[in-house]
Amino acid sequence: MIIRGNAHVFGDDIDTDVIIPARYLNTFDHDELSRHAMEGVSPHFYKRVTKGDIIVAGANFGSGSSREHAPIAIMATGIALVIAKSFARIFYRNAFNIGLPLLEVGEGTDRIKQDTPLEVDLDTGLIKELLTNTVYKGSPIPEFMQELLKAGGLMNYMEKKIR
Amino acid sequence: MNAESALSVSERERRIQRKDKIMGMTITEKILAVHAGAVRAAPGDLIMASVDLALGNDVTAPIAIDEFRRHGGKEVFDKGRVVLMPDHFAPNKDIKSAVQCKILRDFAREKGIENYFEVGQMGIEHALLPESGLVAPGDLVIGADSHTCTYGAVGAFSTGVGSTDLAAAMMTGKAWFKVPPTIKFIYHTDAKGRLKDWVYGKDVILYTIGEIGVDGALYKAMEFTGDVIDAMGMSERFTMCNMVIEAGGKNGIVIPDRTTVDYINQRVKRPYTLFTPDRDAAYERVYEYDLSNLKPQVAFPHLPENTRSIDEIGKIEIDQAFVGSCTNGWIEDIRIAADIMKGRKVSPQVRMIVIPATRNIYRQALKEGLIEVFVDAGAVFSTPTCGPCLGGHMGVLAPGERAVATTNRNFKGRMGDLSSEVYLANPAIVAASAILGRIGSPEELGIKKG
Ligand code: SF4
Repeated sequence: MIIRGNAHVFGDDIDTDVIIPARYLNTFDHDELSRHAMEGVSPHFYKRVTKGDIIVAGANFGSGSSREHAPIAIMATGIALVIAKSFARIFYRNAFNIGLPLLEVGEGTDRIKQDTPLEVDLDTGLIKELLTNTVYKGSPIPEFMQELLKAGGLMNYMEKKIR
Repeated sequence: MNAESALSVSERERRIQRKDKIMGMTITEKILAVHAGAVRAAPGDLIMASVDLALGNDVTAPIAIDEFRRHGGKEVFDKGRVVLMPDHFAPNKDIKSAVQCKILRDFAREKGIENYFEVGQMGIEHALLPESGLVAPGDLVIGADSHTCTYGAVGAFSTGVGSTDLAAAMMTGKAWFKVPPTIKFIYHTDAKGRLKDWVYGKDVILYTIGEIGVDGALYKAMEFTGDVIDAMGMSERFTMCNMVIEAGGKNGIVIPDRTTVDYINQRVKRPYTLFTPDRDAAYERVYEYDLSNLKPQVAFPHLPENTRSIDEIGKIEIDQAFVGSCTNGWIEDIRIAADIMKGRKVSPQVRMIVIPATRNIYRQALKEGLIEVFVDAGAVFSTPTCGPCLGGHMGVLAPGERAVATTNRNFKGRMGDLSSEVYLANPAIVAASAILGRIGSPEELGIKKG
């Protein structure tokens, strides 16, 4: 699967309180959540996202609470993929469970600038800067996670496999 | 777990034990293996495992219930093994919260879920579940709340998941896991595991997070051992396991001992299995700490790893002091704070809030006259709720305000406005700080530990 979009760049330790502050957790309306996505670091983030865009972040993205509102809010803005050096584990499973792909990269992506157009191949984990043709290598998405994405999330997957 | 499956679990456990020499397993690996119906589980294995208990709250369960319904869910996999707890914004703080809580209530009634806890019965989930005997050693528990890792203190594998995981578990009784590698933490002191005055499990875990960092145990199991753990009561063990997620950990676990069994036998009414790690279990890493000189720790904003010893913090004035949450809302914590507040007054510039984690803890505090101590000192004492811990209600911070709290997270905006600050500490430090008007220790008030 190929994803093309512009980069939105963030640093390390972007926690779930920053992604969607707890005061908005008394609802799970996707539109409302999207309006507050990333509010802790980038208010009105949703206005700057074009459908298909990509978040590029540092280490430990999504740390903190188990709130699925965090990947939901991000996905609801139109973000199609999050690339980070590492992800907090509950955020990681939540994202794949709802069908938002994540790509882990080691180093290097620090050099990707805000708004750079990217092309990402989820099967190989290759990230390409379209203007310069610079290529970064992410870890390919594990098979089980790909199956979840293909099924359209965990619930569909479980329906098929278990029942 | 009914008697029959409990027996078969221990049978499987014996089979695993017999294979000791070939393959050592950690306690976490054993529990996961048994619940996946396998003889062995090794780090990195992807397994589908049966869960003994699946938990959701008023923030996470509404999404799960919505998913459950959208995917044609009819009955939950086991009416006795789903727990729904309105605790974050309950008693309902506004209309939206009221709607969220109502979703839980309606679903619980419709599906006949036995463990729904209404206001008046409820408490903070991670204290109420062990207190009411719902989690037992050897269990595999998932909760759509990151601090579900708390129950590792009773020798269970428990971990936080998301709402979709909860929905799938409510439907099928199963969840997927990647078996984590285990890091072992050994703590000891020169005084047979005794810590210095005013130093508790909270300080041990804050110190550990300060050492290894907020992603120091990412995706990993944290196994706590050593004479310091042996000497600890259950409340401090809960506090430690509660905060493993603040180091990125998947689960925390304490090997069950006498203290565990005494606690469990008063509460759990079903058979359970005491798992222990094999002698030759493989650990990814072992950290050993001599805590003989450990002082109370304070985590500075905005990460739990920003820890300093109490004597290195300088002058930090505060607007609010909070004792409560699933980390330190236990009766032991309330007693520690009350001992310090007794006969003293909260500084006029400070708002002091005390929230017991459960109704039983509330009742116990009432019986022991602790509520009166707080009220006389000028603090408020509330019904159980998560409340200020997540900036929900009952003590939200204004721009630029500062709080010292016994909670587990001090992320930006965690307790209110984005420009407010949270400092994490143990209940003795928080109580002393409320009196001093700045973060400080009971020693500064001339209090000797009784
Ligand atoms: S007390 Fe705080 S950390 Fe614990 S469950 Fe409630 S909100 Fe989460």
